[in-house]
Amino acid sequence: MDLYEHQARQLFDRHGIVVPRAEITDSPKEAREIARRLGGRAVVKAQVKTGGRGKAGGVKFAADPAAAELTARQILGMDIKGHTVGTVMLAEPVAVEAEFYVSYVLDRAGGRFLAIASAEGGMDIEEVAATRPEAVARVPVDPAEGVTASKAAEIAEAAGLPARAVDVLVRLWQVLVREDALLVEVNPLVRTTRGQILALDGKVTLDDNAAFRQARWGSETDGYGDPLEAAAAAKGLTYVRLDGEVGIIGNGAGLVMSTLDVVAGCGARPANFLDIGGGASAQVMADGLTVILSDPAVRSVLVNVFGGITACDAVAEGIVRALDTVRLTRPLVVRLDGNNAARGREILDARRHPLVEQATTMDGAARRAADLATAA
Amino acid sequence: MAIYLTQESRVLVQGMTGGEGMRHTRRMLAAGTDVVGGVNPRKAGRTVDFGDRAVPVFGSVAEGIAATGADVSVVFVPPAFVRAAVTEAADAGIGLAVVITEGVPVHDSVAFTAYAAARGTRIIGPNCPGLISPGQSNAGIIPADITKPGRIGLVSKSGTLTYQLMYELRDIGFSTCVGIGGDPVVGTSHIDCLAAFESDPDTELIVLIGEIGGDAEERAAGYIRDHVTKPVVGYIAGFTAPEGRTMGHAGAIVSGSSGTARAKKEALEAVGVRVGGTPTETARLVLAALEGTA
Repeated sequence: MDLYEHQARQLFDRHGIVVPRAEITDSPKEAREIARRLGGRAVVKAQVKTGGRGKAGGVKFAADPAAAELTARQILGMDIKGHTVGTVMLAEPVAVEAEFYVSYVLDRAGGRFLAIASAEGGMDIEEVAATRPEAVARVPVDPAEGVTASKAAEIAEAAGLPARAVDVLVRLWQVLVREDALLVEVNPLVRTTRGQILALDGKVTLDDNAAFRQARWGSETDGYGDPLEAAAAAKGLTYVRLDGEVGIIGNGAGLVMSTLDVVAGCGARPANFLDIGGGASAQVMADGLTVILSDPAVRSVLVNVFGGITACDAVAEGIVRALDTVRLTRPLVVRLDGNNAARGREILDARRHPLVEQATTMDGAARRAADLATAA
Repeated sequence: MAIYLTQESRVLVQGMTGGEGMRHTRRMLAAGTDVVGGVNPRKAGRTVDFGDRAVPVFGSVAEGIAATGADVSVVFVPPAFVRAAVTEAADAGIGLAVVITEGVPVHDSVAFTAYAAARGTRIIGPNCPGLISPGQSNAGIIPADITKPGRIGLVSKSGTLTYQLMYELRDIGFSTCVGIGGDPVVGTSHIDCLAAFESDPDTELIVLIGEIGGDAEERAAGYIRDHVTKPVVGYIAGFTAPEGRTMGHAGAIVSGSSGTARAKKEALEAVGVRVGGTPTETARLVLAALEGTA
């Protein structure tokens, strides 16, 4: 889960990385008050979970409280790369002498984390990395050792960072490990004209799999933006909403992704990704179908199950259960194979719902669901 | 001959006495796996009756190995305990640990894969269906009755796509099918399996199943170009996945321009791998390659 900048700041602060004073708001009037509290001048920053805010006009300087209100009014509601700005953060301005870049990222190929650091931070770090890779140090971190003071000194030396950044590198590693983050980035890390080292902006991605041991995550983890995604999450389903018209349910992430692709190859667009997981019960199947049918964009539904651990008769019973509670107004194509498939097909045949039909292959089922959706 | 797992493999199950552990131990035994023991420190000394086979429970992996000569462990413990379980297995000197558990924190996977590698223990997983050498042994949750022994080797990030391809190619059969898992950090890679299949005399053709996220498939393509002489047929899932959304597997995410299905498909095709557009087409490419007509 990606965090907003203001949430990342909370984690930095918790681990002793110095950040400028700041507050968030969704109200221009309150923005004026915050600017006053910060001493009059403020940097107004859109809070969206995407990069490139500065270039998109989502970060602006305001010289006084009235300007802060006006600027907040301009930025709130802006669209930045498909993300609508719902809150702004007002931060005290800092006199910057130098900008650096530091991050720890997961190196999937190496199965460990890499420190990435550069003495040339700021908005153009991607360009620096692309045009002058030698200006960006990439240092692998041994998972058993972590980033100690001497390792941090090695990273700082490789990147040409000032000695005073060593402490930040150690603390940032602590953010990564103790908060179960997959990515921590400070860009820019700055030296002010008064010689202070500050994290001016930051990005953190937390590992959802570690939620069970992170009781301290609280205000950092907000809810789901999409109501259907929230409803699916409440039922424990893995659901991603897309912008097409064929609702898709399957078992196993790989098979569902594959089903999406096959439907798209038939000329229709998937409306969602819904994985009922392994060993799903009839109730899980019924819940999944209910979520999908509550999306008005869905014109047909494809259920594609290859029963390994999952039993196809349980899937069929789940479909029948959903038909008893939801009024089915759109066609449903079902393909069942594998574990207890014959029994599953019998259960659906016995129900004889006029809008439910079965297909014998994945490709045939996808073709049929796509045709039904585009004809509807 | 098969890779990693054969009929000689002697299997311990860490977490055997839990619900999932019991269910799948029963299935593994039915598939012919030589399950020689379970591990649970609180239930050590008991035996669990699986019909015609009573399986002893040991207090630790080390005790299990000492008593039975086990060389494989299948891990079914909850996510919070996986790191400790794998560390224990590696310390005890197990050769292969198959981690079925899903939802393992990445920091734990980073720690235990490095720890195991340093001790010579191969990890498969986490968040994987395990591996099966049909007719010989089955370590994990792959359904054993889909197919039979044969000459195809299969390596996949996805459990259900493994089953789908096993089913479509059931009449040819498989030497070994390995589900390596869809997490961002896993113990055994496509490349590890390609190398093992390349030197396995019973494997004539390799099926490689990938999906969006990371660059494992691109690296596999480089390895195939330089080291693999056997025919390879590929399939990649996730062409329709939007950027920045995790598609079920923790590692299945397109970030910026990297990790796309298109890039993976192109990398594989550039080194002569035939890549199917659907699982069905992939199976047809395999049949054609085996007949030598492709």
